[in-house]
Amino acid sequence: MNTRRAAIVGGNRIPFARSNGPYAHASNQDMLTATLDGLVARFGLQNERLGEVAAGAVLKHSRDFNLTRESVLGSRLSAETPAYDVQQACGTGLETTILVANKIELGQIESGVAAGVDTTSDAPIAVNEDLRAVLLEANRAKSVGARLKALAKIRPQQLVPSIPVNSEPRTGMSMGEHQAITTIEWGITREAQDELAAASHQHLAAAYDRGFLDDLITPYLGLSRDQNLRADSSVEKLGKLSPAFGKAFGDEATMTAGNSTPLTDGAAAVLLASDEWAAQHKLPVLAYFVDAETAAVDYVHGDRKEDGLLMAPVYAMPRLLQRNKLSFDDFDFIEIHEAFAGTVLATLNAWEDDDFCRRRLGLDGALGSVDRAKLNVNGSSLAAGHPFAATGGRIVASLAKMLHDNGGGRGLISICAAGGQGVVAILEA
Amino acid sequence: MSDRYLNLVNSPLGSAVASRVGLPQPAKLRRYAGGDPLLPGPALLGATGGKPAAALRKLLTGAGAEVVDTLGEGERVAAAVLDARSVAAPADLGALRDFLAPAVKGLQANGRVLVLGRLPDGKSVTADATRQALDGIVRSLAKELRRGATANLLWVENEASLGAALRFFLSGKSAYVDGQPVVLGAGTAPDPTDWDQPLAGKTALVTGAARGIGAAIAGVLARDGAKVIAADLTQAGETLAKVANRLGGSALHLDVAAADAPPRLLDHLAAHTDGLDILIHNAGITRDKLMANMKPEQWDSVLAVNLESQLRINDALLGSDQLNPQARVVCLSSTTGLSGNRGQTNYGATKAGVIGLVRSSAAAFAKHGASTINAIAPGFIDTEMTAKMPLATREVARRLSSLQQAGLPIDVAEATAWLASPGAGGVNGQVLRVCGQNLVGA
Repeated sequence: MNTRRAAIVGGNRIPFARSNGPYAHASNQDMLTATLDGLVARFGLQNERLGEVAAGAVLKHSRDFNLTRESVLGSRLSAETPAYDVQQACGTGLETTILVANKIELGQIESGVAAGVDTTSDAPIAVNEDLRAVLLEANRAKSVGARLKALAKIRPQQLVPSIPVNSEPRTGMSMGEHQAITTIEWGITREAQDELAAASHQHLAAAYDRGFLDDLITPYLGLSRDQNLRADSSVEKLGKLSPAFGKAFGDEATMTAGNSTPLTDGAAAVLLASDEWAAQHKLPVLAYFVDAETAAVDYVHGDRKEDGLLMAPVYAMPRLLQRNKLSFDDFDFIEIHEAFAGTVLATLNAWEDDDFCRRRLGLDGALGSVDRAKLNVNGSSLAAGHPFAATGGRIVASLAKMLHDNGGGRGLISICAAGGQGVVAILEA
Repeated sequence: MSDRYLNLVNSPLGSAVASRVGLPQPAKLRRYAGGDPLLPGPALLGATGGKPAAALRKLLTGAGAEVVDTLGEGERVAAAVLDARSVAAPADLGALRDFLAPAVKGLQANGRVLVLGRLPDGKSVTADATRQALDGIVRSLAKELRRGATANLLWVENEASLGAALRFFLSGKSAYVDGQPVVLGAGTAPDPTDWDQPLAGKTALVTGAARGIGAAIAGVLARDGAKVIAADLTQAGETLAKVANRLGGSALHLDVAAADAPPRLLDHLAAHTDGLDILIHNAGITRDKLMANMKPEQWDSVLAVNLESQLRINDALLGSDQLNPQARVVCLSSTTGLSGNRGQTNYGATKAGVIGLVRSSAAAFAKHGASTINAIAPGFIDTEMTAKMPLATREVARRLSSLQQAGLPIDVAEATAWLASPGAGGVNGQVLRVCGQNLVGA
């Protein structure tokens, strides 16, 4: 089968806001629609029928079963643009990119938008599970008497709503608690985590200052920079924070609110197209999507150290590199999503671990070291924040622009996701 | 910001009261809306020293005007056009009185008086004095006209741009241009294929397009067929995106005062367009302070955004291959640049500076494939900015013009679109006031 290249034309995102901040009253649909409209405005796509829009959200109201399609209908894109929802936890934004890129490569579509959105402020609150059972039973009842009998089972404690929590259903542990184990197991120090966090803030602030984000962002609800960004962040300041996760480890606890991403609201979108479509629309191409790989680990039953919840990218990466006959040295930029500073550092450590790479990755030795000068050079999630499904789009658009500004080169993306999953991808320009 | 006073005096009761106590009675201006005829009534055509030229009559009828040569008792006209290009001695000026006196009486509300003259050329003192007299007649007459009527003067050195100028000045597009002279010189001024889409196929860039006058300009350029790039600061991106989406253009985040703005602009044009045809330098800021209290940063930022950015971007464009031939550049000046304004030494510097820029660079633009560069000097325009003025100050400012009301962003936009049109190729290096003949600094 003949394939062609999928071009990344550009992106748009709204600045990311801290939970219950400026976007507290914005729904996922509001944010995704605004993000699509910003993309439409940037590239003059009013009334354009695109091949498709693929997007998703991790925290989603049941009424948003068709979130992406509804957002498209509310946007300035042609109402004839089809859309569908995807959900792969924090991998959503990158997974939608893979889906749209693949369809373009196969010639099934000429253009498409890959996007993601999440709000932790306007979160879906469900009725208590017991109450839900009662209400459903009442609904099934065939007579008034039976209905009343069912409803009579309602108890006051059932009125406590079910609020979504950031925890793994199979372990009951939050992502932070999972990562705290991984961080300790891989011997990641507090200093190394704080250094990574400070660098993230400093790099992102510098990127804003030199206008790097001018054509990646459209302000929203009065916010024109990521709210979480602290331009004056430093190892000293971060060093003063108390641990937030892994407190059970006592003095060994190293993960703070400063070296972990905060709950965030936001959305990001990427415009992909065939070369022909881009040329027809007089839109320059920033970079091309090359390949991607997704892996998963058995964090429930697996090894405490090597099968950590957020370790799946460690396994996805060698498969992707081998398939493309590339090593870390072949890349100009490496983007590792900073769910927690500890995640990035444990991932890097694992790839440098000769024994681990032999045993678990089936390699002849260590996968290799990532040159820190190439890592998250314009900051990442620790500074920008991390609206789960939006992170992939943020990274793809930003990396594509980096490669374009660099006059060419290769870029690597690594994103860990809940459920023990990880998505990695290659872009080139 | 609606003008409540204007609405009041245009109601039956308000009108009666205002006329009895001698209050100003601003009229509801005739503004252009898509599909409007050029004029809501006939145009009276006359000429000093003989019959009106056939070419002029043809231009008028071609523009859709019903031309009449005489005005019967009790008849009304929507416009009075007088070709006074032949005047050579003061005695010739009597012909203006002969034509204009009855014409003004028969002029409908929102009527148009348009006088065509010839510029003094230094060959004869008597002829020059007589020609210059037209300016005094038109400016004074503009102050006499009531009910939204305007009077303007076209110095016709070359007829290439006359058709487009007649269409602008007789239509509702010139509603807030009053008492102004414009020189129509030599230049390349082709007629558009479709007068309703004079900018079809053109690429236009408007800076400061997120709101107010810039958004209105972007809207009118798009209405007239241009592909519009709406540029503004990233911080204004949310409203900018709405503007771009409304008019089917694109949004560009650009800080015109940034050191790398010219190369970034050139890169964008090279990547996204087939070259720029129309550039509107509209981005501007105010940092008002009395000179005694003016801080360096207030001074510098206004200079950087309002003037230096225009100089640098123009230089970059002229030195690149991104500015198409017959390009049109329109720079936003202000009546403050002509008359000064208390607390605005910095702003006044830039707005006067823009006038110097336009005059000085006209030749360079003419050389660039017969391109043009002109300035628009808006007077008091109702915008978000003026809505913040104290009520009393705003009310007084609104009435201080012959039209006794503030202009709207659309008025500035219409004038800009005319200067940006192919047909305005003979207008170069000039400053057009859109001020309702503001009484200040005229």
